[in-house]
Amino acid sequence: MVRHLAAGLLTIGLALAFAALVLGYQPDAELNRTALYYAENTAKDLGSQNIVTAIVVTYRGLDTLGEVTVLFLAAAIVGLILAPGRGAEGAGRRGAPPPGELLTTGSRMLTPLILITGIYVFVNGHLTPGGGFQGGAILASAALLVLLADPGHRFAHRTIETIEGVSGVAYVAVGLLGLAFAGGFLDNRFLPTGRFGALLSAGAIPVIYTLIGLKVGAEFASILANLTETEERR
Amino acid sequence: MITLSLAVGFALVLAGLYGALTNRNILRMIVSFTVADTGVNIVLVAVGWMRGRTAPILDDAVPIAEAAQRIIDPLPQALVLTAIVIGLGVTALMLAYAYRLYSTAGTLDVSKFTELKW
Repeated sequence: MVRHLAAGLLTIGLALAFAALVLGYQPDAELNRTALYYAENTAKDLGSQNIVTAIVVTYRGLDTLGEVTVLFLAAAIVGLILAPGRGAEGAGRRGAPPPGELLTTGSRMLTPLILITGIYVFVNGHLTPGGGFQGGAILASAALLVLLADPGHRFAHRTIETIEGVSGVAYVAVGLLGLAFAGGFLDNRFLPTGRFGALLSAGAIPVIYTLIGLKVGAEFASILANLTETEERR
Repeated sequence: MITLSLAVGFALVLAGLYGALTNRNILRMIVSFTVADTGVNIVLVAVGWMRGRTAPILDDAVPIAEAAQRIIDPLPQALVLTAIVIGLGVTALMLAYAYRLYSTAGTLDVSKFTELKW
């Protein structure tokens, strides 16, 4: 009871502080200096239509490399923590009824479409809303569909790990190419920036986002596979 | 409009915080944390909003020359993209730890874990 009261009082206090923030908030009328720089120079310097992508992949590319590393660590630790509980290969789906004809056919039909949508989203990350993380999440949702339709399904962990490792190493390699042939680490301009708005433009941004998409998709898929396979042991 | 987005975001933060403080079940606490996480993301995106402007994508609707007058602040969106991904990684980790706690102690009630209590 005391705990609820204390939590309630804390929440009310914070609510008052937040209310003052909300009521006194006025949206900016002009872009601030950082945003103004991005707005004026992105198209000229990097040739990327989507400014958010330019910030994520190039202006703050090192940040994104760190982010991908954090995600990799999370996936690896999930695998490590759950490893002792993982059932033997093929031992899964005890007692669960086999998936029906409709479910199997439907998931088989939808999986390639979902994969293509994911690839579309990360390949066009520099032109339209979307990018490597979003596309990677869509790729992993295909894995989720397969697991929901047939919880006994086993993914080839080796393949997932290979995709993840190769794309991670290639990401750093592309960054080093930028260091060698352009302005600095993860600079996208060692490839020609091309015609503004074309699919093959913005230098290395589509390459980097494709690699991020594959890596994120593989990481999410391995998290999903680890969680499902552990669950089946009980 | 901006007030509504900010209010919804802060309300989610408060709901998540209250839930994490009062619930005893670890799974419920994890759900509360994800609710608060979503609230923070909504607030951050809302802060980048500016009146009468459009998304920071320089397609046919936004000529490059007018970009500085036509687009909203792109930086909060880039930061929230990072925050969402990290939030997902943290949630996955919390769920994995919750699973291990359940398999060793046989319970998800956080008041039963007294080893580190003072």
